[in-house]
Amino acid sequence: MPKAKRALLEISGLKVEGNTGEEWVDIVKGVHLTLRRGEVMGLIGESGAGKSTIGAAAMGYARDGTRISDGSIDFDGIELTTASEGEKRALRGSRIAYVAQSAAASFNPAHRIIDQHTEAPLHYRIKKRLEAQEDAMDLYERLRLPNPREIGFRYPHQVSGGQLQRAMTAMAMACRPDLIIFDEPTTALDVTTQIEVLAAIRDIVDQFDTAAIYITHDLAVVAQMADTIKVLLRGREVEEAPTQEMLDGPKEDYTKSLWAVRSFRRPQKSRPNGSEPLVSVRNVDAAYTGGVKVLDQVSFEIYKGMTVAVVGESGSGKSTAARVITGLLPPTAGEVLFGGDPLPPNYRNRSRDQLRQVQMIYQMADTALNPKVRVNEIIGRPAQFYSGLHGVKLKHRVDELLDLIELEPSRFYDRYPPELSGGQKQRIGIARALAADPTFIICDEVTSALDQLVAEGILKLLDRLQEDLDLSYMFITHDLATVRSIADEVVVMRNGLVVEQGGKEEMFRPPHHPYTDLLLSSVPEMDSNWLTTLLEERGVDNIGDAATV
Amino acid sequence: MNVFAVTYFAFLIIASSFAAFQQRRGPFMILFSLTLASFVLAIVGGTSALRSVAVGAGLLAFAASIAYCFREFLVIIMPTGIARELRTAPLTAAFGLFVIFTYAIAGIFAPWIAPYGESEIISSAFAPADENMLLGADQLGRDMFSRIVYGARNSVGLALVATVSAFFMGALGGLLAATKGGWFDQFLGRAADVIMSIPSLIFALLMLSIFGPRIIVIIIAVAIIYAPRVFRLTRAVAGNVVVMDYIEAAKLRGERTWYLIRKEILPNSTAPLVAEFGLEFCFVFLLVAGLSFLGLGIQPPTADWGSMVRENATLISFGDLTPLIPAAAIALLTVAVNFVVDWMLFRSSGLKE
Repeated sequence: MPKAKRALLEISGLKVEGNTGEEWVDIVKGVHLTLRRGEVMGLIGESGAGKSTIGAAAMGYARDGTRISDGSIDFDGIELTTASEGEKRALRGSRIAYVAQSAAASFNPAHRIIDQHTEAPLHYRIKKRLEAQEDAMDLYERLRLPNPREIGFRYPHQVSGGQLQRAMTAMAMACRPDLIIFDEPTTALDVTTQIEVLAAIRDIVDQFDTAAIYITHDLAVVAQMADTIKVLLRGREVEEAPTQEMLDGPKEDYTKSLWAVRSFRRPQKSRPNGSEPLVSVRNVDAAYTGGVKVLDQVSFEIYKGMTVAVVGESGSGKSTAARVITGLLPPTAGEVLFGGDPLPPNYRNRSRDQLRQVQMIYQMADTALNPKVRVNEIIGRPAQFYSGLHGVKLKHRVDELLDLIELEPSRFYDRYPPELSGGQKQRIGIARALAADPTFIICDEVTSALDQLVAEGILKLLDRLQEDLDLSYMFITHDLATVRSIADEVVVMRNGLVVEQGGKEEMFRPPHHPYTDLLLSSVPEMDSNWLTTLLEERGVDNIGDAATV
Repeated sequence: MNVFAVTYFAFLIIASSFAAFQQRRGPFMILFSLTLASFVLAIVGGTSALRSVAVGAGLLAFAASIAYCFREFLVIIMPTGIARELRTAPLTAAFGLFVIFTYAIAGIFAPWIAPYGESEIISSAFAPADENMLLGADQLGRDMFSRIVYGARNSVGLALVATVSAFFMGALGGLLAATKGGWFDQFLGRAADVIMSIPSLIFALLMLSIFGPRIIVIIIAVAIIYAPRVFRLTRAVAGNVVVMDYIEAAKLRGERTWYLIRKEILPNSTAPLVAEFGLEFCFVFLLVAGLSFLGLGIQPPTADWGSMVRENATLISFGDLTPLIPAAAIALLTVAVNFVVDWMLFRSSGLKE
């Protein structure tokens, strides 16, 4: 890429403040950024690092409750910090475009995709309606959407998540902008779908020589997309370097810790000899009201003290399997045995002790903890409910549990969940499960909403607790890196069927079932050529349909 | 030009220059627009028009300063948590709180505040205000001011009890329906629809003519009329809470319905319910006043604002404002409650800015 080009976007000394209700605090503390035409810059960091705030600021935009307090943002000679709302509005959509994390939430469900696509070019009178539609179809084709001439006339809920994310990228290209800001465009997608979107974005940015800012917390993803990477921490820049240089030799300690994050591995344990499985799911069929079958003859076993990872894309039925075990969704056929005895299909008919044995940890700690109840009560309630503890004994138990999850009892005892960070909330969720003194815990995507460093901490904690308390885990996830680090056995599910199951080591060693192979090869690796190599191997034409193989 | 007009304009212009000098855009725009509007009014309507504008503006300024002082007062006496919320309250909400506070004092301490009893005849009918009677006498020669004060106790008290009962029935039903679901939900929902399909005033009139206009009948009738609305709102709000993972966790723990409602659902639905309480209170209050006006509400000689409007209605044809005083008392309370409710709705909806 020729570096002689003039800077398209030049941010210097940018400071953004956020209002906490009481006072203004700095969110972004003096960040510099230079972006030339045709260049892609990756911004990475944990949540709260200010990545999205910088992305918004690049459009001269400050979200509600924030304001740009200092610095300059120069977009192709226009100073955005002093430009009027009208001037900025004229740039947005036409010369700067934005692709949001969740396309499903960003499209208006009441209008057809193509109508939303053509809104900007029609508004700016760049094209006539038919021309704009023709151009949209052309973009859909370049982005390898199926039926490019027809798909735009569907409503957003009629296409899949990955297709919608590509349609949104196409929409961002509608006016051929000079700069696109991608704000975590693949975070909400499955690995297999992620590849299509990544490939599409990279192609389109190349073809039109567009500059882009790519915001993500996934290093392996940014390695495929960006020419340069900038690492952020709490609103400050840690370091910036060309991608390959950054991958080969990060300089700062923080960056090194980010790079090392996926290193946690646990050796595989084997099944104890001659013992009964703790949980065994036998030939279970399940359907939601409406008759759609979501589980088809599913069988697997979980032995005491072991972790079984259930893997698959969204819609594969892995969460439904968990609902069957907990009794929230009684199966239409088959049964669940616990310690050799069948569990009543409906949780209402289970005894208190049966309920106590099976506990659950949820994906979204935000919705899993009652925001209006203090931490001590959240954790204390199961202990009180099952063991009848109260008074001083209960307080001791809560303190003990808080110690177990590595949170200081004196600091957290009286807090409310909204005052805690994502990782802390997830730990409270774990403590609530432990308070019941269970033998079996279902972890439903417990780390997928967390930053990598925090997620690693949670995985280590779960592993330690398993050793100390002899727990068995059913670990539902779509993230194979998590599987690699914590699982003993793996169950691969697809469309309600168990495709393959076995020990971790043998699952990660070929030969695989074709679907397992697809899942494994779709996990981005820390190699900037990974995507290119993979696409060549698979053949360009069928990436778009990778998920539907 | 007379002295009044000169002082009036001088005051406005000095005040707006001061505001401009202090860089306060909002106050400056208000003051200076008022100045310009007054110029036009003075030319068209002369000094008398100017005088009414001045009185109106003065009253508004007076209300605003009272509201401001009252808010400061509350911020100082309340504990830190509430004080922080109050500091962000708009002046309208503070004014509303002040009015409600005044009414509450008047209602609670009515016998001590009112100079005469509510049914005590002390003068001739429709006697004008004098040093004994602040607002004159009504159609039987009773002190208007005393009756207004007692009315605060009777009318507001009745409306409050009726609203609380409506809320108790409606909210309990809504929470149970949302938690239990299934046929129970259907049954309560259809029952609520049936009640809502009957026009409320006709239903109240029917009940009162069958069972006689007694206080308890009024309360029950009004509670039945308003409970379905509360039911619907509570069910909708609780419905959003019931799907949360923490409810699922509690259910899987084996918790009973009552625990779910009390500990998990109710704390997360209070904000909209409190706001709704304020709104419903206004409606109930107006319905009770309307019933009294029709002669089926609180019976004489008990003082009640609704019936006071009716009893003194004849005076309006003589250009006397007396019947409008209890009406104004009703209007002021309604506006005040709505100010407070608006503020609460604003807070609970999270629609900041």
